[in-house]
Amino acid sequence: MIMFWVSLLAISILLYVLLDGVDLGVGLLFGLATGETRRGAMLSAVAPIWDGNETWLVVTAVILWGAFPVVYATLLSAFYLPLIVMLLGLILRGVAFEFRYKTQRLRWVWDMSFAGGSLIATFIQGLTVGALVEGLQFTNGEYSGGDVGWLTPFAVLCGFGLCLGYALLGACWLVRKCDAEVRDIARRQIPVLAVGVLAFLVLVFAYALAEHLPILHRWIDRPYLFVFPAVGAAAATVLALSILNHNDYWPFYMVALIFLSAFGTLALSFWPYMIPLVITVDGAAAPQSSLRFMFWGGAVVFPLMLLYTVISYGVFRGKVRATAGYGHH
Amino acid sequence: MDTTALFLSRIQFAFTITFHIIFPSFTIGLAAWLTVLEALHLRTGRPVYQVLFEFWLKIFGVAFGLGVVSGIVMAFQFGTNWSVLSKMSGPIQGPLLMYETFTAFMLEASFFGVLIFGRSRVPPWFYLFSTAMVALGTTFSAFWIMVNNSWMQVPSGYVMENGGFVPNDWTKIIFNSVVWSRFPHMLLASYLTGAFCVAATGAWYLLRKVYHAESRIMLRMGLGLAAVLMPIQLFFGHLNGGYVNTYQPSKMAAIEGRWNDEKPGSEVLFAWPDVANRRNLYAITLPPPFGSLIDSDSFTAGETGLNSIPRENWPPVVVPFFSFRIMVGCGLVMLGLAWLGTYLSFGQRLVRNRFLLWLTFLSFPLPFIAIITGWFTAEVGRQPWVVLECYEPPTP
Repeated sequence: MIMFWVSLLAISILLYVLLDGVDLGVGLLFGLATGETRRGAMLSAVAPIWDGNETWLVVTAVILWGAFPVVYATLLSAFYLPLIVMLLGLILRGVAFEFRYKTQRLRWVWDMSFAGGSLIATFIQGLTVGALVEGLQFTNGEYSGGDVGWLTPFAVLCGFGLCLGYALLGACWLVRKCDAEVRDIARRQIPVLAVGVLAFLVLVFAYALAEHLPILHRWIDRPYLFVFPAVGAAAATVLALSILNHNDYWPFYMVALIFLSAFGTLALSFWPYMIPLVITVDGAAAPQSSLRFMFWGGAVVFPLMLLYTVISYGVFRGKVRATAGYGHH
Repeated sequence: MDTTALFLSRIQFAFTITFHIIFPSFTIGLAAWLTVLEALHLRTGRPVYQVLFEFWLKIFGVAFGLGVVSGIVMAFQFGTNWSVLSKMSGPIQGPLLMYETFTAFMLEASFFGVLIFGRSRVPPWFYLFSTAMVALGTTFSAFWIMVNNSWMQVPSGYVMENGGFVPNDWTKIIFNSVVWSRFPHMLLASYLTGAFCVAATGAWYLLRKVYHAESRIMLRMGLGLAAVLMPIQLFFGHLNGGYVNTYQPSKMAAIEGRWNDEKPGSEVLFAWPDVANRRNLYAITLPPPFGSLIDSDSFTAGETGLNSIPRENWPPVVVPFFSFRIMVGCGLVMLGLAWLGTYLSFGQRLVRNRFLLWLTFLSFPLPFIAIITGWFTAEVGRQPWVVLECYEPPTP
């Protein structure tokens, strides 16, 4: 039963990263884009789906609370400040989505909010993962690192890294969903961003070596983990080829595969810990009676949620028409 | 414990949750109204229903978006501000919120996209289906939230183990006796909110003498629905009073401004509770047995007063006392308006009665005020407990 919930949690986190990564990434690139036509097309590419994507964050949070209440309580009070700021970022961009079409004169304010909110939310997601990897300070299972114990150079580095990663996802999505100028610009951004992500991964590895992070020993202990970097490298090769061939379809899947392998590496190198080296999966799990009650939600309703997601992506498949924005319904 | 941090944390939580409830209570009713409009449009083919649908869909879209983003904050605030509570009650509240997310949020979010952007991409029946799914999702969401809150109000189906709540009977938790009066009460409140906002909009356009056909439909449907639902709502409100009287005597005593035990009880209509001296100033009181009749449906029942409850277990008396009266007052005004307006709307009298149109237009804040003060009554009235009689407010 515990393994069942660990799997659902992993699927939700992965879906959140891949799906909301797309619209957060488009938000980041939106900040660099000029001209209403281009901006309008970029928004149209994510407008029908961003709301559902963000819901996977809530799914992750409630699975964590329901199945692993100790982790939920510990993490959320440790990351109090960054999480509140991240939520403000998400609110800012959500509101900007709705309101930018209501004004001409002040549209630039909402556009800045959209790009800025995306940046804040992405940066903090990377920051928290970085802080977790590096290890937070705990005494007797309670967080004891202080208000800003998560603020380390390594965590900040991871914040920037995730910005590059999400922007890469977003660029691939734009190549897939848009055409003409928007697609061509996004295609030119992909190599730059991909090289940036690669450089970031090398830097993280070097840092882990230099600082003797505990995670390093686990990589050496578990050589099978190197399957994931290999998959990532293969995906990167296909990504490069598909960009050279001007393929609109494949880059997104390849970047998704790179994300998947990075996620797999992290998750498996920490196994069986949920909060690295402090709380294990078994130690965090809710009582059996709770897990059993939730099972039906996981076994019956969770697949339904996947179905809704597939339906809504199916309805909006294909290239977007430039005029299908919020202002035109 | 740092009392300032705790106080600020409570203010923050109260603010976000009060801000949040405005949007769901509006969109639950509006989603149902949109479904009705789309069904009428498909059935009759009259374009006026589509005009109305498109008009209200835009408003729904903005309110729904604000509801979603303010709701995400709620999901995290339990952990950030009340981590001790989350850890203790996580095995019960976590699964309930998980069911809300699983059954409601994804349904709403996915089909909401279809609603806003998909009319030209899907067949008409699927569009109607999507509208109904969004409405269903909002209703599910309200259900699980009411189950969750009802468990905190009247906890059942659990045992305490290692300082945490461990569920041992989920049917008792979900089919908690008080859910079945509180969930309809909230759902009806949302429908009434939708009805009054629709009617007020119709009245506003009629006063400005534009969109005549659409406005008359809005006015008639809004007030007509309210005229039917309002008495039912008062009935469920009364049932809620019954559970409060049974399980939460201190909340009831605060609501009623009752200081001494009475048998049978009298009923304070209005007063200024003087908490320091344990008495009411300027009280207007109905004699016994009106208090027992209202609280316990009995001529002779004894009613508990605050003096027989230890001082440290009192809720803040003034807040539930006044917020309850404001809620009931709003309800009675809405009832009068809905009945009078519906009576006059047979024929042309309502459309020509500018005074009543103004009243209807100005009535749109009433359901919101009633919902917010109703929640204040329920939530402030159960203090100092978070989970009733089990657990006092934890450290942030």
